[in-house]
Amino acid sequence: MIEVVFFAALRERVGEDSLRVTPPETVTTVAALCDWLAEQYPAVGQALDATPRRMVAINEQLAEPDSAVADGDTVALFPPVTGG
Amino acid sequence: MTRIDVAITAEPLESRLSSEGRDGRSGAEVRFSGRVRDESGQVRALFLEHYPGMTERALRRIGEHARERWPLNAIEMIHRVGEIRVGEEIVRVVVWAGHRQAAFEACAFLMDVLKSQVPLWKKELTDDGWHWVEARERDAEAAARWMAPSSEGAR
Repeated sequence: MIEVVFFAALRERVGEDSLRVTPPETVTTVAALCDWLAEQYPAVGQALDATPRRMVAINEQLAEPDSAVADGDTVALFPPVTGG
Repeated sequence: MTRIDVAITAEPLESRLSSEGRDGRSGAEVRFSGRVRDESGQVRALFLEHYPGMTERALRRIGEHARERWPLNAIEMIHRVGEIRVGEEIVRVVVWAGHRQAAFEACAFLMDVLKSQVPLWKKELTDDGWHWVEARERDAEAAARWMAPSSEGAR
């Protein structure tokens, strides 16, 4: 199982704070996970399309679209940060 | 060892004081406070969202990077979350060092990197309601200048 968490505008567009999902074993990267989520959850697909600039963290560390994801990971998706 | 303190709080920062810097080691103390601008009267308040756990960890990590790069005695970083009114402090970064150049450069580095890498998101309240603030390209560029291989920061 992978926990996917959303923040800020992306969280509001999805309408959920988080999802617990079990993608097929062929889903091995962040980019593939996003594609699979968009297929499985239309609301997530629309929210991702509406948020083309995104950042990702895996287990609370910044990562890239081609970073590996595995069972047990927490994957956070969010718009570019705007603190400070 | 350089002390690094980080905090996220929903309380006003104004009343916070530090006792750091009085032991005779630090000839320099550089403090940056970021406050809420009203953008010529258009913005009434901000709301800051964070990623509990990761935000604190990310602040500490950039502090560790600064500590490796400059000879520092202490770093304090505190960021406010929740609703913040115009004129109030959003963020405070304080750096103590033996000499001013390291303190100035490390403080600028910490703010530039905070703005592009630490999970925090701003919403602003205008006459039209609440809107998410879009990230600006120049903030990413400000952080990138510290990453260039030959860069020694502002020098």
